[in-house]
Amino acid sequence: MKISFTLNEKAVSVDADPATLLADLLRENLNMTGTHVGCDTSQCGACVVHLNGESVKSCTLLAASVDGQEVKTVEGLAKSKDELHPMQTAFRDNHGLQCGFCTPGMLMASIDLVNKNPEPTEGEVRDWLEGNICRCTGYQNIVKSVLAGAAAMRDGN
Amino acid sequence: MKDFIGVGSSPKRKEDLRFVTGKGQYVADIKRPNMLMGAFLRSPHAHAEITSVDIAEALRMPGVRAIYTGEDMRADEVGGLPVGWAITDRNGEPCKEPLHPAIAVDKVRYVGDAVAFVVAESLEQAEAAAELIEVDYKVLPHVTGLVEALQADAPQIFDDVPGNLCADWEMGDNTAVDAAFENAAHVTSIELVNQRLVGNPMEPRAAIGEYEPERGQYTLWTTSQFPHVVRLLMGEFVLGIPQHRLRVVAPDVGGGFGVKQFHYAEEAVVTWAASKLGGAVKWVAQRSEGFISDAHGRDHVTQAELATDAEGAFLGMRVKTYANMGAYLSTFGPNIPTNLYAPLLSGVYRIPAIYCEVKCAFTNTVPVDAYRGAGRPEATFVVERLVDTAALELGIDKIEIRKRNMIPADAYPYQTPMVVEYDSGDPMACLGRAEELADVAGFAARKAESEAKGLYRGMGVSTYVEACGLAPSRLAIQMGARSGLYESATVRVHPSGAVTILIGTHNHGQGHETTFAQIVSERLGVPFENIDIVCGDTDKVQHGLGTYGSRSLVVGGSALNKAADKVILKGRKIAAHQFEADLEDVLFENGEFSIAGTDKKKSFNEIAGAAYLPYDFPLETLEPGLEEQAYYDPVNFTYPGGAHICEVEINPDTGIVTLDRYTAVDDVGTIINPMIVEGQLQGGIVQGVGQALFEHCVYDDASGQLLSGSFMDYCMPRADNIPHLVIEPLSTSCAHTPLGVKGCGECGTIGSPAAVINGVVDALRHIGVRHVDMPASPNRIWNIIRKTRTRVAAE
Repeated sequence: MKISFTLNEKAVSVDADPATLLADLLRENLNMTGTHVGCDTSQCGACVVHLNGESVKSCTLLAASVDGQEVKTVEGLAKSKDELHPMQTAFRDNHGLQCGFCTPGMLMASIDLVNKNPEPTEGEVRDWLEGNICRCTGYQNIVKSVLAGAAAMRDGN
Repeated sequence: MKDFIGVGSSPKRKEDLRFVTGKGQYVADIKRPNMLMGAFLRSPHAHAEITSVDIAEALRMPGVRAIYTGEDMRADEVGGLPVGWAITDRNGEPCKEPLHPAIAVDKVRYVGDAVAFVVAESLEQAEAAAELIEVDYKVLPHVTGLVEALQADAPQIFDDVPGNLCADWEMGDNTAVDAAFENAAHVTSIELVNQRLVGNPMEPRAAIGEYEPERGQYTLWTTSQFPHVVRLLMGEFVLGIPQHRLRVVAPDVGGGFGVKQFHYAEEAVVTWAASKLGGAVKWVAQRSEGFISDAHGRDHVTQAELATDAEGAFLGMRVKTYANMGAYLSTFGPNIPTNLYAPLLSGVYRIPAIYCEVKCAFTNTVPVDAYRGAGRPEATFVVERLVDTAALELGIDKIEIRKRNMIPADAYPYQTPMVVEYDSGDPMACLGRAEELADVAGFAARKAESEAKGLYRGMGVSTYVEACGLAPSRLAIQMGARSGLYESATVRVHPSGAVTILIGTHNHGQGHETTFAQIVSERLGVPFENIDIVCGDTDKVQHGLGTYGSRSLVVGGSALNKAADKVILKGRKIAAHQFEADLEDVLFENGEFSIAGTDKKKSFNEIAGAAYLPYDFPLETLEPGLEEQAYYDPVNFTYPGGAHICEVEINPDTGIVTLDRYTAVDDVGTIINPMIVEGQLQGGIVQGVGQALFEHCVYDDASGQLLSGSFMDYCMPRADNIPHLVIEPLSTSCAHTPLGVKGCGECGTIGSPAAVINGVVDALRHIGVRHVDMPASPNRIWNIIRKTRTRVAAE
């Protein structure tokens, strides 16, 4: 079937099997491999993307269900290599990543949090990220990054 | 003032830009031309004979290109998966190493053992066809528990391994220990379980094999911590591919923690299948597949005793451990609960006599091997639980008993009774500083506050020492390693003065691209941004042993430092020629070559350029070019250590343990990049907290099935489980590594399980609890509290 949607502000149209999951459509059909798959039970959050501005786990969403809607992935965050999204900059500045595998999902989930709650507390960040597993960092620098990213987003950086 | 980013600073990591923009390239992201997809059919039984495999119907499915069984590989004379580090038992006999076929032949020995490999044009086709393979099994009795596996009536897993005993191993002076116990005023005994864990790096394992028949060239892309070792093991021992014809690439790898430092069956199967089909074949593990095919960690049962005098001075220690090997030996399997375990049983204490025996057992479970810390967390857990229990029994404060027995700073180097000699350290200072940072003095008030809320608060203390920087080849080979454990590095200076480092370690989260660039920037004065690192490709990097055992900076960084020395020497030779001076008069400081007492000077870039414009070089004594390679073999292990103090709060109504405070003071030697070191310590501590509170890999003894086979069942630590960690370094310089570094990757995981469990036991002490096995899950704690209350009520 044909699936047409907006991906990172560009119109795309893909022929795919109706059973295709959004994560697989992005990775296999569109070669957008920034979205990662770390589990098969919707627990790890490495696959989080934005659907109409809200974070969703793309591994549990049928690609067909995004027809006509807006999807944003980690590849769509930065305006350019030199102009990162403030949350990307915050993760870099605060050592919020080690191996980088959970990072795309962490970024997408964190931006959604700050969009909803521009000034989250440390506890609110930890609660929000409960659906994203990181095995490397112990979360401390991720939390620090999100708080810094939130401040930068508030300042409009 | 230095104008370069060198040792001791925390620049932004070079690797991060690609990761935050989604441009990392992991194995699962790679597509090769005309690539086929593979799927494994795995055993649903813990132990069974394979009586027949019928692939006819599956082979007729659309898109299916081939189906391979263990018989196909055996007929092609494919070898078994080799053991890289074997051990010798107490009688001098080698441990049992039964054949480990990449795909099972005749018998399956654990749930998840590969039975067939389907290659098709798409993954969906391969998976659909795999379901149509008809395997007839004759199910056999199985055993998953390691103590049960060694009992006389246990099912036999291998015909040639009597009693499922891989090795009965020992270390230490049993006679001296017996004498110590005879003279003891008090003996403390404990029994504990160090539960089985699954490492679970966030990136599932994956592999792509490719064969180019016209060139006779094989390539394997794999999620590996040590591509050169995979090339050696798979090439020489499994598939018979000469190493110059086999390229192994480990690109961006999403975490390792030991799980990816083994040569796995899937690597050999995709490469072999590619050679049969003349193209590329890809396999990517699903998480549930990872749970039944990634090597697991830990899984010990231990009885330990500590002999003390009346004042709590340690006199001797006796340890008996059962260690689970799983159904086959993984690459380093038998080495972990023996050589990487027993030598650390002295901890940071003066214990005159120690004896340890370890029985390694085969069971019908996934093979067990190294997982972050590998042997050393298990040793630390034994030592620190013993010490805490002794303190309780003797009525001595838990910090006081540790201080009374610690090795004082002026006693280093310190020879333990268990082979190893600690070169440096100051455990007393680490513990003292941790006490201050943790506000131990304020604990009583916090406990009272908790009590007022109906909660139990406990404080847990742990000290630790580890042997890392694996490893001095001389010692390792004596201990059974079948390879050296040196490391190699090349410093390639380009004509512009920019540098490419080629190094045999592998970067999968540790920030090597940044830390190694800092070392070279410091040594050569080359700007940080002009230095890049290449690793993870056997066709680019000369040689390497990879990344594990906190060895990358210790061994790889030392090789890099040595290569930088050689570059400086060569640069001085070129400068001497240009200055028409003697070599010994040429100095190199702050990125400049000069002659002392003169104004003659040349920048590093000028000398680099001259190296490649050798129009007037005396060619018989001076070669063109500026590129140097070094191999470094350490003279000793390194011994990072430290002290961790935590506080937990337990809700007696729910059994939930909340980790409320955590303080760590760690001695990792000289620190190159403080930001990265702190990140390693944070991550390590939380992995250890995961073991203490959440994680448990559970087999159902009755069915042999893995019960904790997904992230729904296996509880990983999440952001909301962890408090803000207070971490401070306290460095003593390593006496024998040129940079003074000791390694930091495993510290947290080694120190934290004992600290947390000691805290949990402390919180429950007032109701009579003396020990809690890991994980201290709500279910376990609630049951302990309930049973204790019932017992007290009955009394």
